[in-house]
Formats: sequence, structure tokens, C-alpha cells
Amino acid sequence: MNKPINNTDQVKLSLKKRYFKEKVFKSAGLLAIGIAFMFLLVLLTDIITKAMPAFSQTQVNLTVSIDADELGLKDDSSREDFMAADFRQPIRQALRDRFPEATKRKVKKELYTLVSIGAEYQLRDAVLENPALLGQSVTMDFIADDDVDAVIKGAIDRTLPESDRRVKDQKLGWILEMEASGEVHKTFNWLFFSAGDSREPELAGIKGAILGSLYTLLVTLALSFPVAVAAAIYLEEFAPKNRFIDFIEININNLAAVPSIVFGLLGLAVFINFFSMPRSAPLVGGIVLSLMTLPTIIIASRSAIKAVPPSLREAALGLGASKMQTVFHHVLPAALPGILTGTIIGMAQALGETAPLLMIGMVAFIVDIPQSIGDPSTVLPIQVFLWADAPERGFLEKTSAAILVLLVFLIAMNAVAIRLRKKFEKKW
Amino acid sequence: MKTLKLCTAALALLASGSTFAAGRDYISIVGSSTVYPFSTVVAERFGKSTEFKTPKIESTGTGGGMKLFCKGLGVDTPDVTNASRRIKESELTMCHENGVKEVVEVLIGFDGIVMANDINSHNFALTRKDIFLALAKEIPGEKEGELKANPYTMWNEINPELPAIKIEVLGPPPTSGTRDAFVELAMEGGCKSFDWIKAMKKKDKSAYKSMCHTIREDGAYIEAGENDNLIIQKLQKNPNALGIFGFSFLDQNADLVKAATVDAATPEFETIASGEYPVSRPLYFYVKKAHVSQIPGMEAFLKEFTSKKAMGDEGYLTDKGLIPLDEDKYTEVATGIKELKNLEL
Repeated sequence: MNKPINNTDQVKLSLKKRYFKEKVFKSAGLLAIGIAFMFLLVLLTDIITKAMPAFSQTQVNLTVSIDADELGLKDDSSREDFMAADFRQPIRQALRDRFPEATKRKVKKELYTLVSIGAEYQLRDAVLENPALLGQSVTMDFIADDDVDAVIKGAIDRTLPESDRRVKDQKLGWILEMEASGEVHKTFNWLFFSAGDSREPELAGIKGAILGSLYTLLVTLALSFPVAVAAAIYLEEFAPKNRFIDFIEININNLAAVPSIVFGLLGLAVFINFFSMPRSAPLVGGIVLSLMTLPTIIIASRSAIKAVPPSLREAALGLGASKMQTVFHHVLPAALPGILTGTIIGMAQALGETAPLLMIGMVAFIVDIPQSIGDPSTVLPIQVFLWADAPERGFLEKTSAAILVLLVFLIAMNAVAIRLRKKFEKKW
Repeated sequence: MKTLKLCTAALALLASGSTFAAGRDYISIVGSSTVYPFSTVVAERFGKSTEFKTPKIESTGTGGGMKLFCKGLGVDTPDVTNASRRIKESELTMCHENGVKEVVEVLIGFDGIVMANDINSHNFALTRKDIFLALAKEIPGEKEGELKANPYTMWNEINPELPAIKIEVLGPPPTSGTRDAFVELAMEGGCKSFDWIKAMKKKDKSAYKSMCHTIREDGAYIEAGENDNLIIQKLQKNPNALGIFGFSFLDQNADLVKAATVDAATPEFETIASGEYPVSRPLYFYVKKAHVSQIPGMEAFLKEFTSKKAMGDEGYLTDKGLIPLDEDKYTEVATGIKELKNLEL
């Protein structure tokens, strides 16, 4: 018969096994975090290294003589005349003067592609702003063509044999000559933050998409926040406990799990086809996204309100406050940090959403910067999608840069959420 | 109260946006994703060089564009739709039924579909028959009228002159217009080279179609998504694979990939325009005549699009990979748009 062992011995015997189990669990957890972190790191470094070139832009310095007669312009010419004038000619002349050896038609055509097609509009806008430039000779920086940009940034390998290189020897020679003399140089790409979309990679900017996202989120916030908070307060504080309310609660939870594309279809059928609201507008986008964010905010708000200790309510009621006063003076302020956190998380979700916006025509090429919520516009994630699909190689870096802008937005919103929680959080 | 303030702000926002019903001061364009790269370039130039707003262009696919376009007249319907094939009779009837009585057709040029592989890899000289035999789900058997599951796994099994590598083709999914055109032009072209199949077209059209249009599903054809850039990236990683995409992507990535010749024709501007390269299709856009006088800038936009500067044989659209029309066709299109000739099929 075995000697009976006491409790302490029994614990001691199992101790080794229990420590081992704990160790295994800990290292498994560490491994999981490590893997997740590694993926994040790989993703971020990939995006950042690809995006960096997009923030600088190659400029070509040219001396252009603006001949008023050749352009058919006078000091008192109307704006229309300026718009119609062919500002390509002075730039082409400047390029021909710079490289007089280009005389053949084909060579000249190649020469003209050193600067972007946007250069003529740059010159036109400069003259429009300062008509005194007419008849003068000006030296200014023009945006380089995307091929030139790619050579300067090293995206096109100069050492490859000519047949395998997109920029041929002749053009490369010009670029290298201008680079050596400092006529071609890189500057910070302000245009990326001040322009709308373009089909030329060197002219494309993100401002239209940023504003589109902003307008859309404003509409979403303005609609979903008050409605969701009101719904949460009612359900938590005022609603009777009966089957009908249970039914509503279940449906709100189900709504949170509905795939977002469904909301897009709803938006198309109801807001665009039935109410004939404009396609591609942040107004409709915002409404559709607010339908999607509503359940998220309601659920977060309800748990925030539930977390307010009942003693607070009882004290207020005991001192003679009405139910309404109790809720709005005491419960709501105490629950606000939680509500705001939930709202910002819902907003961040809406910011990254594309599927419902596909259905309502926000996947579109829009150059003009939207001025109001009724103007056609696109949003950041859709801009990423559109650029990723473009054939021009220059859009590769723009795509990554747009992703980076989107990430910065998301991180900023999450940071605000954390800050709000830290600031207003109370321990009961 | 915060909530109350936000509510009023919401109402104010809504009110500011409610001016939309009054009208539209920009052109709205929908349609094919193949025409999108060309249409957008014209739109951007038009917006920059005139006082009009830049047209808005949605890429909805040819069929989706037709649906929106033919929904009716009025500012909440698009003015122009792009198409990578001609409008169908059924679509035109739908237009007419919904009040879009007059539609103007504009042929803008051609687009080639290429099969290409990594620039350092093998050279491919294919025929349409090779393409059909490599990619069809079922191919003709020994006897006439008999079909068998596609047995080929290597290119040189089809044609001893082709390289001895595995058949691996990256192409667009069935939702893509490029795939439709590829199936119709390349696969069906090869399929028709069997006389008894060609004879079947008259007898049993649907059997003929399923025979010629069905792509194999055993892994030799890999659906690589609608993103042509992705296909090009994958080709660089896998030198044995061939990819299917539009000519404009080949033009932009000539330093990374090279195209296979089809029926001895290399895909180039000249060969596609002349029809010598067989896998090419016409690109169109369609205009609502009733909108031309209603939407500001329509006339000017049409003029810009059909100008020599844009779609002529040295126009800026050719820089983006559009295969221009020949001189006679161009003149026909240019006069057609001036008169706004109503389309009758």
C-alpha cells in the first residue's frame, strides 16, 4: 500500500508540469505577437520604401521667351483668349534652343517629351497671374515627364542595354546632360497634396480624394452620431423590457454583421434611384456609410452607458432630478469617453470602406477638387484602387504614397480615440 | 447641447448639398474599363484647356455602362457611355424604349490583346489554333464531331516548334471585357480552324459557343484578377508563364515583358490598325444627342475627342496605347460627329 502523501507534496509533484505548461503558453503567445509584428513590419517597410519617391518631383529648368504676337495675345486679351492660346510653342522653342541638334521631326517629338504635358498649363497659369510676363523671357521650373522622373529617381536602370530600356539612348543623353548641369533637379512634391487626380503620374495628386473622404466622413458623423447615441440612450435608459425591444436589439446586432456591399446596393436603390440624389457624391456616400456605422456606434454607446454605476443615477434621482435630467446631466457625460471611442472606431472603419461606394459611382475619374458634399468625388481607398490599376508605371509610387496617407489618417484617428479615452476616463 | 448642435450641423450640411437637383454643369461618362484610360486623358485635357469643368468618368464595364446610359434622359443619367464592343441591338432597343431616341456612335480606334511573357524568357510564335488547343476545356478528338478533355500540359505537345515548358497562362477572370474579347477573337478564331466546328456554327450555335468559348479549369489557365499590373509583376516572378492583357500595358512595360506573335504578326501599332494582328477589337463611345445642347461643354468635349490632336494617328491618345483609325475611317467619324448622325442598326 502506498504511503499517503499530504497536500504540499502533491502540489510539489505537479509543480514542474504546471510551470512547463505556463512556459509553453507564454512562448506561443509571444510567437503569435512576433509573427503579427513581423508581417506589419514587412508591409510597412514595403509601402514606405515604395512610397518615398512619390514625395519628390523632378523639375526641368528652362528659359522660355513668351512672345505675345506668336501666342496671339495682347495685354487686354480676355481670359478665354489666354485659355485658348497654344502655350506649348514657347516651351517647345525653349527645348529646341537648349538642344539645337534635334532637327529631325521624330527627334524633336522625342525632345518635347522631356517636360510633362502639364508644363503648358504651368506657363499659362503663370502668365495669367502676371500678364506683365508677356513679351518677356522667364526662367522657371517645369514639371518633368514621368519617364525623366523615373530616370532621375533610379526607377529606370541607366546601365541596361538600350533595347531593354524604356528611355532610349538619345533621351537619356539629354537627361544626363541636364542633370550634370543642374537644370534637372528634384524638389518636394507639393503638387501631390494640392492637385486632384490625373492620368499623368507626374501631375496626379491626392487632394481631391482627401477632401472627398473628409466630406463623406462629415456626413457620416453628422448623421450617425446623434441617431446612434439617441438610440443607445433610449434602449439603455428608457425602453421598457418587452419582446419588441428585444427584437430591435437583436436586429441592431445583426445589422453590424451585414456585409458592407449590401448597404451599397441599398444606397443605389433608395437614395440614387428613388430619391434621385446625385451619383458619385459624398452626400450619398456618407449616408450609406452612416447606415453601416450606426450599429457599431450604438453597440459601443450602450456598453459605455451600461458601465456608468447605478449609484450615480440613484443619487441624482434621489436629489429630485427628473429621469431626463439624470441622463443628460450625469450619465451621458460619464459615458462620453466610451461613446466617442466607439464613434471614432466606427469612423475609421468607414474611412477604409470601398465596397458600398463602388455601387454608388464613387469609383470614378475626377480631376476637379470637390467643393461641397454634392460635387462628384472619390475617397482615399478608392484612389488607391484606381491608381493601382493604371498602366503608367509612375502610378506605382503614387499608389503606395496614397496608402501611406490613408494609414496616417487612420493612425491619427485612433490616436485621438486613445487620447479622449485617457483624458475623460473615470475609475469608479 | 452637443448632440443638438451636431444635429443642426447635419441639417445644414444636407441643405448645402440639396442644390444638386437644379442641374449638372459637368459631363458624366460611364462604361468600359478598356476605353477608360483614353477617355480620362481627353477629359483631363479638356478640363485644363477650357473653362468647362472636367467630365466625371466612371469605369462600370461596357454592359453596366449601357444599362445606366439607356435608363432615360435627364441630368441624373450619363451623357456618354464607353464601349469595347459595338452596342447590341437589344441595348439600342432598350434605349429607344426609355426615351433615348437618338444615339450617336463614335468609333475611336482599336485595342489589341496580347499574350506576353518575361523579356528574358522564351520567344513564342503562336497561332490562334495553338492558343485554342492550349486553353480550351475540350478539344476535338481523333474523329470528326468528337470532343475530348484537353490533354496538353506542355507547349511543345501542341506544336513541336513551341518551347518545351509547361502551359501556364495568367489571364483576366470571366467578368472582364478583356477576357470576353480574348475568348471571342483568339480562342474562337482557333476553334474555327476545324472545319466541322465551323460548320456547326450554323446548326447549333450554343454548342458551338460552349465548345469555342470555354476555357480549361485544370490549372493551366490561372485567373489573375482584373489588375493588369499584377499580371505583369507575376510574369517577372515566373518566366515560364504567359500573361493576357491589353496592348497599352505592353506598350508601357516594353522593358519588362515581350509579346508572343499571333499568326506570325507582332502586336504593334501598325499591325493592329491594319488588322494583320488578329486579336484586336474596336473601341467606341455613344452619345445622347438630346444632351448635347443641355449639358455645358458637350459640344466642345466631342470636338476635342474627335480632333486630330487626340485620336489622329499622331494624337496624344496613341501615346497612351490607342491604335488609331486609318485616314478614311477617321474622316467618316469626324464628319459623323459634326452632323451628330443618329445610329441605326
